[in-house]
Amino acid sequence: MDLFEYQARDLFEEHGVPVLRAKVADTPEDAKKGAEELGGGTVVVKSQVKIGGRGKAGGVKLAHSPDEAAQRADEILGLDIKGHVTKRVMIAEGADIAEEYYFSILLDRANRTYLAMCSKEGGMDIEELAVERPEALAKVAVNALTGIDDAKAREIAETAGFDAETTDKLIPVLVKLWDVFQGEDATLVEVNPLVKTGAGDIVALDGKVSIDENAEFRHEDHAGLRDIDAEDPLELKAKQLDLNYVKLDGEVGIIGNGAGLVMSTLDVVAYAGEGHGGVKPANFLDIGGGASAEVMANGLDVILGDDQVKSVFVNVFGGITACDAVADGIVKALQILGDSASKPLVVRLDGNNVEEGRRILDEANHPLVTQIDTMDGGADKAAELAASR
Amino acid sequence: MAIFLTKESKIIVQGITGGEGTKHTARMLAAGSNVVGGVNARKAGTTVAHKDANGADVELPVFASVAEAMEKTGADVSVAFVPPAFSKDAAFEAIDAGIGMLVIITEGIPVQDSAALWAHAQELGNKTRIIGPNCPGIVSPGQSLAGIIPANITKAGKIGLVSKSGTLTYQMMYELRDLGFSTAIGIGGDPVIGTTHIDALEAFEADPETEAIVMIGEIGGDAEERAADFIKESVTKPVAGYVAGFTAPEGKTMGHAGAIVSGSSGTAQAKKEALEAAGVKVGKTPTETAQLLRELLGA
Repeated sequence: MDLFEYQARDLFEEHGVPVLRAKVADTPEDAKKGAEELGGGTVVVKSQVKIGGRGKAGGVKLAHSPDEAAQRADEILGLDIKGHVTKRVMIAEGADIAEEYYFSILLDRANRTYLAMCSKEGGMDIEELAVERPEALAKVAVNALTGIDDAKAREIAETAGFDAETTDKLIPVLVKLWDVFQGEDATLVEVNPLVKTGAGDIVALDGKVSIDENAEFRHEDHAGLRDIDAEDPLELKAKQLDLNYVKLDGEVGIIGNGAGLVMSTLDVVAYAGEGHGGVKPANFLDIGGGASAEVMANGLDVILGDDQVKSVFVNVFGGITACDAVADGIVKALQILGDSASKPLVVRLDGNNVEEGRRILDEANHPLVTQIDTMDGGADKAAELAASR
Repeated sequence: MAIFLTKESKIIVQGITGGEGTKHTARMLAAGSNVVGGVNARKAGTTVAHKDANGADVELPVFASVAEAMEKTGADVSVAFVPPAFSKDAAFEAIDAGIGMLVIITEGIPVQDSAALWAHAQELGNKTRIIGPNCPGIVSPGQSLAGIIPANITKAGKIGLVSKSGTLTYQMMYELRDLGFSTAIGIGGDPVIGTTHIDALEAFEADPETEAIVMIGEIGGDAEERAADFIKESVTKPVAGYVAGFTAPEGKTMGHAGAIVSGSSGTAQAKKEALEAAGVKVGKTPTETAQLLRELLGA
């Protein structure tokens, strides 16, 4: 889960990383109040959206008085930045910036460890820097067990080419940023820019943090970081039902078991859709290995709640749960849903006890259900049904 | 011959007394696996009752630690069914004991825990082959199953299969069930995993009984691209490939924690192109991939 800048700032502060004082505001009035609370001087009003390029899009503006802060907030609130609408701004103290640096810690999947990246040239798009002047971006592997201690922080700063004085000032900040990374179960902590002020202090001016949702069991406070307003209502409903669902933008609802098989089903439906007016998959929904009647009913309920959906493709491979149990689940789910199940269902069952599973569905003879024996054939039928409605 | 797991493998189950551990211990025994015991410190000294592949009663001893289980039984493989919060400790215990192979089935382990257990295994000289986490395990049909892969889909044969996804593993085993498999491995869909596509490809290349390989990947990371480089350099056996997630939008996790396209990296298209450039026949669907494999084998 990606965090907003203000949430990252708060986490930095909790872990002792030097940051500027800041307030958040959802209205121009609150922005004015926030600027007053920060002393009434120059502030920066920053759009809080989870996407880069805010400055260029007009989402970051200076204000020299609380009234001006309210004006700037009024301009920025509601601003659409690459599809992300600003609902909140952060009012931050102005800073006396002497130099801008870059620092990040991220998961290095290929090497199954972490990578620290650091540069004397911060502020700009780091992906651009990595391509144009890779020598200016130091990359230092970080051991997952030992992390970033003083010695590792020194190695990182020296590799990036900092002078001795700046290196000494950076070391405690880098160690604390590691503390954020490890302590919060992050997969990314990025500071761009990390600045040196005119007085020579190091301050994290902007922060990007992604946290690992698998670690929520040991971070009770992380649930509060979720941006529930921004979540799709169907995704929210699915999450409450403990379903692994992602809303997409098509007409064929998809239910399957296992992440890989469902991903594959989306692709196969998209290919089939090319032959049926370009219909596309409407969602990702993995009901897992269990595929009980209740889970199947919940899944169908979520998918049928999507007005865009014209047909549903249920693609299940009976592995641990045999096909007869899955077929029972489908029949019971349709009973549970009753009249609210109103769209055609194409069901493809394969694997363990497939004959028995198909027999159960044949006997139930539900008017909405069509059985197809293969995944490719089922996808084609579901796409055809979606295109014809 | 199979890779990593044979009928000689002696398997213990960490979490043998839990719900999942109990269910899958029974299934592994039914598949012919030589399960010799399990671990649960709080129930050490007791036994659990099961049936072997012939339906005969067996009493499996429960030990206090992996080290004790290895000492008493000669176990060389552990399958861990331990909840996410305790999986790191369970893995450290198995690695510290120096077990030959550790299969971590558990889904939902924090990635920092996976990175830590991998680093720990390296620190101790990489003596423990780790499969997973968040994987269905490994099966050498007719010989042994360590994990949750349905063992009755197919029989022993000459195809090697390595996949990030569990159900796509089963699907592919089913598509090619008439030909059979030497070994099928689900390596897991997490961002940090132990055994990789490359490890499996290397072992299949060296295994005289494996004549062709199916490799299944999915969006996220660059493991498939690296595997493609490896195939180009070091694999002489025919390889058919499949990649899931062409229609996945950027920035949305598709079920597996590692299955996410970020920016231009991790896309299915890039993986497909890399594999094709390495001479791999890549199918558009699992069924087409199975057909390509048949053609490669002349079967």
